[in-house]
This record gives sequence, structure tokens and C-alpha cells, in this order.
Amino acid sequence: MSDASYPDGLYYNEEHDWARIEGDTATFGITWYAQDTLGEVVYFSPSAVGSTIARGGEYGELESTKAVSSLVAPLSGEVTEVNEALQGSEATVNDDPYGEGWLVKVRLSDPSEVEQLLDAAAYQAHLESL
Amino acid sequence: MKLIYEKSQSGRRASSLPDPDVAPASVPEHLRRVAPPRLPEMAEPEIVRHFTELSTRNFGIDTGFYPLGSCTMKYNPRVNERLVNLPGFRDLHPYQEEDDCQGALELMWRLQEILREVVGLDAVTLQPAAGSQGELTGLTLMRAYFDDRGELEQRREIVIPDTAHGTNPASVTMAGFSLVKVATDSRGNIDVDDLRAKVGPQTAGLMLTNPSTLGLFEENIEEIASIFHDVGALLYYDGANLNAVCGISRPGDMGFDILHFNLHKTFSQPHGGGGPGAGSVAVRDIVEPYLPSPVVARDGDHYRLDYDRPKSIGRVRGFGGPFGVFVRAYAFIRMWGPGLRDMSETAVVNANYLLARLRDAYDLPYDRHCMHEFVLSARGLKKEYGVTALDVAKRLMDHDFHPPTVYFPLVVPEALMIEPTETEARETLDAFCEAMLSIAAEAETDPQVLKGAPHSRPVSRPDEATAAKRLTVRHHFDEE
Amino acid sequence: MSFTSLTPADLDQMLRAIGVGTVGELFADIPATLRFDGDLAVGPALSEAELWAHMSELAAQNVDAGRELSFLGAGIYDHYVPAVIDVVMQRGEFLTAYTPYQPEMSQGVLQAIFEYQTAICELTGMDVSNASGYDGMTVAADACYVAKLATGRDKVVLAETLNPQVRQVVRTFAPGFGMQVVEVPHEGGAVDPAAFGAAAEGAACAIFAQPNFFGVLEDAPALADAAKQAGALAVAHVDLTTLGVLEAPGAYGCDLAIGEGQAAGNPLAYGGPHYGFLAARMALARQLPGRIVGETVDRTGQRAYVLTLQTREQHIRRERATSNITSNQTLLALAGLAYLSWLGPQGLRELGERCLALAEHAKARLGLPPAFAQPTLKEFVVRTGRPAGEVIAACKQRGVHPGYAIGRDYSGLDDCLMVALTEKRTTADIDRLADVLDEVLHGVPA
Repeated sequence: MSDASYPDGLYYNEEHDWARIEGDTATFGITWYAQDTLGEVVYFSPSAVGSTIARGGEYGELESTKAVSSLVAPLSGEVTEVNEALQGSEATVNDDPYGEGWLVKVRLSDPSEVEQLLDAAAYQAHLESL
Repeated sequence: MKLIYEKSQSGRRASSLPDPDVAPASVPEHLRRVAPPRLPEMAEPEIVRHFTELSTRNFGIDTGFYPLGSCTMKYNPRVNERLVNLPGFRDLHPYQEEDDCQGALELMWRLQEILREVVGLDAVTLQPAAGSQGELTGLTLMRAYFDDRGELEQRREIVIPDTAHGTNPASVTMAGFSLVKVATDSRGNIDVDDLRAKVGPQTAGLMLTNPSTLGLFEENIEEIASIFHDVGALLYYDGANLNAVCGISRPGDMGFDILHFNLHKTFSQPHGGGGPGAGSVAVRDIVEPYLPSPVVARDGDHYRLDYDRPKSIGRVRGFGGPFGVFVRAYAFIRMWGPGLRDMSETAVVNANYLLARLRDAYDLPYDRHCMHEFVLSARGLKKEYGVTALDVAKRLMDHDFHPPTVYFPLVVPEALMIEPTETEARETLDAFCEAMLSIAAEAETDPQVLKGAPHSRPVSRPDEATAAKRLTVRHHFDEE
Repeated sequence: MSFTSLTPADLDQMLRAIGVGTVGELFADIPATLRFDGDLAVGPALSEAELWAHMSELAAQNVDAGRELSFLGAGIYDHYVPAVIDVVMQRGEFLTAYTPYQPEMSQGVLQAIFEYQTAICELTGMDVSNASGYDGMTVAADACYVAKLATGRDKVVLAETLNPQVRQVVRTFAPGFGMQVVEVPHEGGAVDPAAFGAAAEGAACAIFAQPNFFGVLEDAPALADAAKQAGALAVAHVDLTTLGVLEAPGAYGCDLAIGEGQAAGNPLAYGGPHYGFLAARMALARQLPGRIVGETVDRTGQRAYVLTLQTREQHIRRERATSNITSNQTLLALAGLAYLSWLGPQGLRELGERCLALAEHAKARLGLPPAFAQPTLKEFVVRTGRPAGEVIAACKQRGVHPGYAIGRDYSGLDDCLMVALTEKRTTADIDRLADVLDEVLHGVPA
């Protein structure tokens, strides 16, 4: 994805992860800024399906050739699915970070945590401050 | 260029071995090799041509200027290569009886003494094989020191600055400690207020390079040393930047208790494309009992390996350490003598000269005289013209210079860390400055040339992402 | 003697460009209390000629392999090192180069490392090799750390027949790794696979040597099997010069193959620098320490080599790195590549066969009782019936070093000598050893 974009309707944390909420499940991924800084993704190692993650804790790692990025969970819950299609096509995270480049799906343990996240405007304001 | 395996031809061979007139024998059948290894099959002239051709595709200090920050790429004296090939050094078995190794043991003992003197500490081990191993050894010594005092449970943390070289935090983890980071202030020193808040009874020690990876002397080092010593913690010195201060200021006097040398940086052991090196460690007397075993000891005019060290952390590497590296480091220091101070002064003059000439064309994050190295930033070039530190580095190759270190330290964006060392002539420094200035100008007028650089090397911008995904890490013989 | 170029005129001009009057001003940030006064007591500066005289005098005091007929081995072997390795060791473009972080400046070293990695994989039967470790002892500690990262377990099992220095180094670093070490004792010179397997229950890795430190050939396939049945990684510590006649660890189920590379292309050098090697199955690639070179293409589509999987390493992953290793032993490993290329597959097989044949011949000719019943390769242990130290001293008076006093590392073997045979030894040398031992042990004049 060549131009910066931060869709409305998603929720963001300061560590550059997004969450799309659908009832009591959420999908996580990384933002345009994160994939741009990381460079071409070459390796994705997520937390295992069935594992419990806490908001602010790690839900996996992404690697480019030059950097390793910890994935920081915006919300708490149990991992129900990981994006297997990324194996062998890791660059999809760069090309379509909000769509086909999603990383994990989670059954939320405390949906009210979403109140602590940033909306698109607040996240972009956060980026300005960096 | 072809791989050696692609030049190989079945039936060719370089070696011939003596054929003793004895009955043949074989290993038990169930242990026997079935498929022979596919090593190259070539005659000697072709082997020599292959490695010679490879060497023409490589750049060393002998080729040209190599200003990698924190690597100290100084001239490697040629006499050292003759010295390591003296039969009495080269062909000596490490298990030879000590009485028949007195020359080697004396050399090691003298090197221990010289290294002590250079840094102002009390005892030295020559055993660690590289700087990183020296770090791990030093941290393991810290463990032993605190364990002996019953304090190891309590002291779990090592403090390191955010400018630290990556080996420091990696060593901390391998030694079983956890990491606490301290910030750098606007003058490039450790933020002492931040430090005070982070040091306490849970602290084992500090790991610090001085001058720092920014090439700046830690102005508050005495106060910093007190903060750690007051809580019973120790100070560890990463000796990567020792080239700046030999004969001028000594880490032992600064308050450091444990340090490692990089004999392949400061003391001219050639880098060899990635090694060998040596990471000898010096310690204050309070840490001496824990040194790896053996150390070289002297009784009168007899030298021996001292294994009688009941509190030693044990062995960190085979034998007494990488002896060939000691030969070169010892020879280097004996040639300089007390003139090691001139070595450091010249290194610092050379660095400041480059800094003065380049500071206007690039961003200078810390406005101080530097020591033996300094850090510039290409941040301005990136913002205005989209040209990065990487592009600058690649374009320098077209000027027949090896690039400086890039993207380190992490606290400086688009960092270029430049260390000329003392062995560069002024004309070389001037030529380097001219190249850097022309690149800064090109960023404005012709950025595409920079983006496509280098244009003059055998390859240009290899695709590292493909390498990491394909993971072709060996030649695959044609099974295809 | 100095290697700098700065003349007073240079200095003058440079100080003016910097904007200071004296060199001292450049050190103003150093507090006065920390300034070192006076001269470092490191001895007077020597000219090259004086240095040469001094160093020659030190070297001349050492009894090297050229001055004594020696049968010392014990992990460091006096194989013939051919002159061809100088094309690696002495070319300035290799000798004086740094780690190849900038691939466009370093295709020579990168390609050479790729070729070395290939050779190690071929010899050991593994899929991936790193660019070298420090030596044959520290690579064992490396293997333990790999096993911890790969399995999450923290127990290490070591065969007692591993080189004592290997075991010492593992014990030094294991506590910091959070690992515990268990040793399996030898029985009659080898390790029993059932005992090895029992110890390996719940272990991250189990390490054995082939040949072992006694020169004895273990039942390596059974040891590897026992480790794997117990769920531990099977690690073989091997000698590259024997892998023309001995099966590759990868062919009998090992997960890692490690060892000391010195015998393959490096001189004795009083213990170093040499090179350690470490190779593994592909599944372990991301846990390996050290440099790994990979193949790729550049922007014009040309084949090129780069350091790869750098995200394992300290300069990227920092406190979560697979190791802190940075400088390794590249130049010595490349000398190993040149040596193995010079040997070729036929030469490597002949080397193993001839060392074995000479050793068997020596056993018969010496006529001393063997300490162990098992087959051996290029080294073997014999009993002399007298304290080994005395025997060695008496033999050395007659110009022969008869071998290593294995009793200094193992109990019950105080009268034993460990005798190594390389292709440099002749039948005349063996006769001389036999005669000297006869005289020393039985008073029969040589």
C-alpha cells in the first residue's frame, strides 16, 4: 500500500496495531505506519491458536530483513485463528495491512477495553507527535 | 562468478598424501561412511585462481579507507603475519609440557601485564575468544562475585544506555540477568537523573562504553560510578572504543571494575572477514578470584598455567585463548610503547578533522568535539530529498570507500557512524570529505543516482528479503 | 615504530580546520581527575628489527612440532597444513576485511563463507551451517542454547567421553542460560546408549563425541537414537578429517553436528585461533547463533550473497538474540575451506584410512596393553604400568613426546598415554616411539 491510510471504524493502540471489532470477536493487524517502518515482511510468527493474550502483551512477531517487531495486543482474549495464508506471502502485510494482511482473530474476554483505544483521528494525532 | 562447486570436475584433485607401507584397516561397517561428501574436485592452480578471484571481489583495509564506527579499522602491521608463522609459535601444541612452552607463556604473561597497565586494573584473563565472549565472561564474573556474597538472588538487573551496541543486551540475557535501559541526554551523556531512579539494591551493575557509541566522553562518569558503587553494584566497561583513550585516561581510574578488550580493534589483530578476534578481560582485585581458569602466572623467571583457582567461574574457551591473536597484539603494543598515547591522540584528531569538514553538509546531533568517532545524521537529506543513510553509504562505494556504520546507534535516525582511526593520511581524509560533500550535493541535484548506487561494484543492492524467504544457505548439487 | 602519517604540518592544518589551538583541547571533556599522567609502563617502543629479535627469542624457547617427534593429539592434531591455505590467510582483501555487512563490498568473503557452509553441510549431512563459532568447546555451549530455544527445556546431557574442555565450557555458561548439566559416565571407554537415553529424558539436548576423546568409536547411531527417543536433540561432536570414512551425523538422525575445525586446515598455534563449526537440520535455522550467508539476486538479477536471517542476531534482536556472537573465526574457517578443497573427496577418504592404518600399525608395534577394548580411529589409549608423567618426561629426554596423559582428566588412567597418529607420521617414526618406550619402560636400549 503506497499511501498512508488509517481507516475509520478500526481502533488503534500507540504501538501501531489495529483492531476490527465484530460482536465479541476482533481481528488484529498492524497499521500502515508500522509496515512502512518495518520494511518488507519476511516472517510472521504468531501466538498459537488457543493461547490467551492480554491487552498490552505480545501476540507474536513480524520480521523484516532489518528489524523485528513485537506485536502488541490492543485487547485481551483467546486466539481463535491465525492468518495461515501469510506463510509464503508475508508481503501481503505490507500491501494490504487492513484487509488480506490481517494477523490474528481473537475472542474478546473484556470488550469494554475498546474504550481505552484510539480512533483513527486520535491515532493519526499520535503519529504526528512521534 | 562461479562457485567453487561449479568449477569442480570429477576426477580432479590437488592433494597427495604420504602412503605409509602398512596394512590397510577400516572402521566397523555400521559406522562407515556410505555416500562420499561432495567436496570440490580441482587441481591446485584452479583452487588458487578461485580464491584469488574471490579476493578481487572483496575490500579490506589494505584496499582502502574503511571508516566503520566502533570497529577501529586500523592498518594491520604486516610484520605480525611473519611473527605468527615463526615455527616456535605456529607449530606449538597446546598440550606441550609447560617447561617447553616458556616463550609462549612469557609472551602471554607480559601481555597480561601490559593490558593491566593500559587500563589501570589488577588482573587479566586472556581466554575469551571475542569481544562478545568477553562481555559474557565479564557478566558471568559478576554473577560469581554476587553469588559468593549471597546477593545473586537480589541483584537481577544490569543497566545499559540506549546507545549500547546490540551485543550488550544480548550478553545480559545469556548471562541470566534482565535489562534496564537508561536514556541519553541532549549532550550525549547518560541522563543521570534517569539513572538514579533506576539503580538500587536490585542492581548488579552497569555496562557502558566510554567514549560512548556516539564518540563522546561520558562527562559524569565519576558521579555515575558512585551511584553504582554506593549500592554495592559493579561497573562493566565495553572496551570497543578504547582506541580513543590509551595513555590519556584509564577505565580503572574512571571507576570500572570489569572490562573487556577487543584485541582485533584497538590492538590491530586483523578482522579476517569476520574473525578471529579476542576479548581479553581485566578486573579489579575484588573480582580477581573468579577469573576463568587457567591464568598465566610467573614464579621468578618461570612461567606456568595456574589452574589452582577454587573460586574461578571455570573455562570460557579452549586452552589459554587464541594465542596467535596475542602474538599480534603484543607485538603491536611493543612497537608503540608508551607512544600508545600518540596513537589515541591521532585517532581523535583525525575524527575531529572529518567532523569539522562534514558538520555543515549533514546533521550533527551532538554539538561537541568528538573522540575517535562521531555520528552524523542523514535525516535532513531524507526529509528534503528522500535520500537515506543507506543511499549515502551505497554511493560512497562508487568513490572506492567502504561506507561507515549506518543505522547505529539507534538513538540517531539515519545515523552514519564514522571512525577513521589513526593510520589514515590527511589526503585520504580529504578525499573522503570531498566524496561525502559531493554526495550531499547530489542528493539535491540527482537523487536517482544515489538511489541506484552503487554503480561500480560487482553487485548492487542484493535483495535481502528474497534471501530471508528462500533461505538458500548452501549450494544444492544438481538433483534438479 | 608507529603506523600514522601525521606530520607536524598536517597536524597544524588539521587543528586549524577543527578550530582549536592544541590537541589537548580535544580532550577537554575528560575531567582533570581522570587524566592519566606520565607514560604507560609497557616497555620502550621497539623498531621492527628489535621486535623481531625479541619475538624470535621467545619463539625459540618453545619445543614445537618440528623439534620433537610428537604423538600428542587430544583434540588438536598435527595434520599437514598445505601451502595453498596462504591464498586465503595472507591476501589482504580477506585478512584485513571486516564482517561483510555491506554485501557490495564483500562478495568475496560472502561467497567463500557460502562455500564453507556448503562443505560443512556435505561433511556432516546437515542442511544449514553457520559461518563458524569460536572453537570446538564453545560451540557445545552454543548448541545447548539452540536446544533451549528450540525445545523450551533446560537440561543438558553430556557424555563423559566428550573432551573435558568442552564439558568445562558448557558448565561455565549453563547457569546463566538457566540450564542444568548432567554427565553420563563412560564404561570401558565408551558411553552406553541405554544410560545415555535414560539421562536424556526431559533434556533439551544430549551431546556425544565421535570419535570420542579417547579416540574410541562410539555406537553413534545408537546414541543419537537414544537421545531422540527421549525427546532430546541429538548433538554429535565430530572431527571433520574423519568424515571421509565415518558416517555423517545427519545420516544417522542427529539434529546438530558441532566440533573443532583445527585439524582441517589450521596449524597447532598453541591453541588458537582456530574455528568451531556448527550445523543443523533446517527446522533449527532460526535458532542458530552466528552469521549465516544466503544466496539471492541483486537489482540487475545477478546472483549475489548476503548475510541472512540477521533478525536472529544481536545487532537487530538485541536482548532476544539467539546469541551475542559477532566476530567469529571466519578467516580460519575459510582456511578450512581451502584445505578441504585441496584434499577433495578422495583425499579426505585417504586421510582417514591412512591415519587409521597407521594407528593400527602403531598399536601392534608398541605392544602395550590397550586401555579400552573398542575400535578406535586415529588415536588410542595404552597402559604403561608407570605414572604417565614420568614416562613422558623420560621419553622427551630422548626427543620423543609419546602422547597425552589422559589420567589428568579421567580417574583410573594414571598410567595411560593417548597416542595420536596423523599422516605426517611414518613407520620409522613409529619404530622410534616403540624403541624409546621399550627403553623407558623395560630398560631395553633404543
